[in-house]
Amino acid sequence: MATDHELRLRERLARLRSVNLLGGARLSGELEKLERQLARIAEETTDEDIWRSVQLARHEDRPYTLDYVERLLDDWVELHGDRGRADDHAIVAGLGRFDGTTVALVGQQKGRDIKDRIDRNFGSAHPEGYRKAMRVMELAGRHGFPVITLVDTPGAYPGIAAEQHGQGGAIARAHALMARLEVPVVACIIGEGGSGGASALALADRVLMQENAIYSVISPEGCAAILWRDAGEAKKAAAAFKPDALHCLELGVIDAIVAEPGEGAHTDPQEAARLLGESLRESLEELESVAPDDLKRRRRARFRSLGVYA
Amino acid sequence: MSSSRIDVSIEHRDAPEPPGRKHPNTCPRCDSHYRDDELDANLWVCPHCGHHFPMKARARIASLVDDGSFVEEAAELRSEDPLDFFDLRPYTERLAEAELKTGLGEAMLIGQARVEGTGCELAVMDFSFMGGSMGSVVGEKFSRACDSAIERSVPLVSVSASGGARMQEGILALMQLPKTVAAVEDMKDAGGSLISVVAHPTTGGVLASFASLGDVVVAEPHALMSFAGPRVVQQTTREKLPDDFGLSESNQRFGHIDAVVPRPEVRAYVARLLRLFSKNGD
Repeated sequence: MATDHELRLRERLARLRSVNLLGGARLSGELEKLERQLARIAEETTDEDIWRSVQLARHEDRPYTLDYVERLLDDWVELHGDRGRADDHAIVAGLGRFDGTTVALVGQQKGRDIKDRIDRNFGSAHPEGYRKAMRVMELAGRHGFPVITLVDTPGAYPGIAAEQHGQGGAIARAHALMARLEVPVVACIIGEGGSGGASALALADRVLMQENAIYSVISPEGCAAILWRDAGEAKKAAAAFKPDALHCLELGVIDAIVAEPGEGAHTDPQEAARLLGESLRESLEELESVAPDDLKRRRRARFRSLGVYA
Repeated sequence: MSSSRIDVSIEHRDAPEPPGRKHPNTCPRCDSHYRDDELDANLWVCPHCGHHFPMKARARIASLVDDGSFVEEAAELRSEDPLDFFDLRPYTERLAEAELKTGLGEAMLIGQARVEGTGCELAVMDFSFMGGSMGSVVGEKFSRACDSAIERSVPLVSVSASGGARMQEGILALMQLPKTVAAVEDMKDAGGSLISVVAHPTTGGVLASFASLGDVVVAEPHALMSFAGPRVVQQTTREKLPDDFGLSESNQRFGHIDAVVPRPEVRAYVARLLRLFSKNGD
């Protein structure tokens, strides 16, 4: 298995070397990063490592979207409401300055204490949240502001009102809007990247993932309940569908892993924010010289190339 | 005495249906029972009460297109097992079994066709192939259907029936949401159009991607179309679900679809739309 990992990553490296899409200086940085990650992949990920990621991704002290906003953006103005029905607190969206440039930032937000958690619905958005996200991204597209998204959700909310208000359609349209943006878009999975509710904010030019984040088609518990008929088998399920950052990188789903300090982002939020900021900056710099139409075309081509079949 | 036990935990794959579960040809609504050919002649709609039985992809295509006009594309695509996925059984075994059971290579068929004389591209799902789940092959086939529609300047008609993304392909299955959406957007940019027909059930990742993005979206009567299934919603909210939870009629009431169209009328409805959307009037 380890050699398989390696082969695929080497292939990716070779491809990166041959493609001149990143325009000069930044390319070497990207290569270096991939090479470092290759060295780490040689040590095979164990089932225990994967489960540790699941636990750290959900750690109650893990920095959330607004913790990063506070540390990375100046002049933050949060924008509220979907202009139709409600303001969904499970998603935050707004404008701020990142390195002196106006950007739009959108992300799911979990709560810290029990009252806050309920108010944020544990980071599970209703359709109103996705409509708010779309409104702000559309605004960014119109003004030429780069878009940063931070993904951290167990999944879109499975509720009666959520369905009545069009959860499926809202998620589909959020994907579609991101596929139409003609500004640079960088996404980072910072905690749980759960299902369609997560990918709806991650159809980006560069998709990053923090070291201990997870990105998956279904929660380990959900998968276990369906395939093992026992939610208690979550650990087995996670080991089977491999939601950890290394596997996502290997499958080409993400472009790079963002390092976390010490034993995880929660041990030093300040340093975690610095490392995240550095990666976001690099990614945005790579994209700034790309023509708007090319951004859109390449973004779509990137996602259309995902999948393994014979 | 140390007890040596015989392991009886075998899987009863071919065991008879548990009592209480009805034969697939027995109408769940009115209990009428039919032979295959009776249902086939009636488009798998109960002649007595109008219940819509699940329809296999090939039967669906036959019911929709002009005789002999369907030319299948990308039929050779087969799923791989990128994660070496193993739950109670290996994914590869489930795939082989599904192919044997359904005679299909995957949960979606695509190809060129004509409906009442008007050209179109078709992408039709089959729920009997692993619950119509969307993995890499379904995503790739749909994506190619969009390209084929662009190339021939014809609308794309999709007929969905799916439980959502295919768990056995992990994160790559989730990536078929952005993939199919990107393909639809490419097609729309090229002036193309998507007519989405939603059959029972269309849930999860398929509803949250291309099935919701039709220029026109219609659903069959009583088709479940919800992002989360009723059981998950019930367990999460512990509220009593409305009787019509997630059904096409409810979706129409809340403004998510253009019409509820009974199966016998789908062909004429699609034909009318195709004539309206056709660029070159062919």
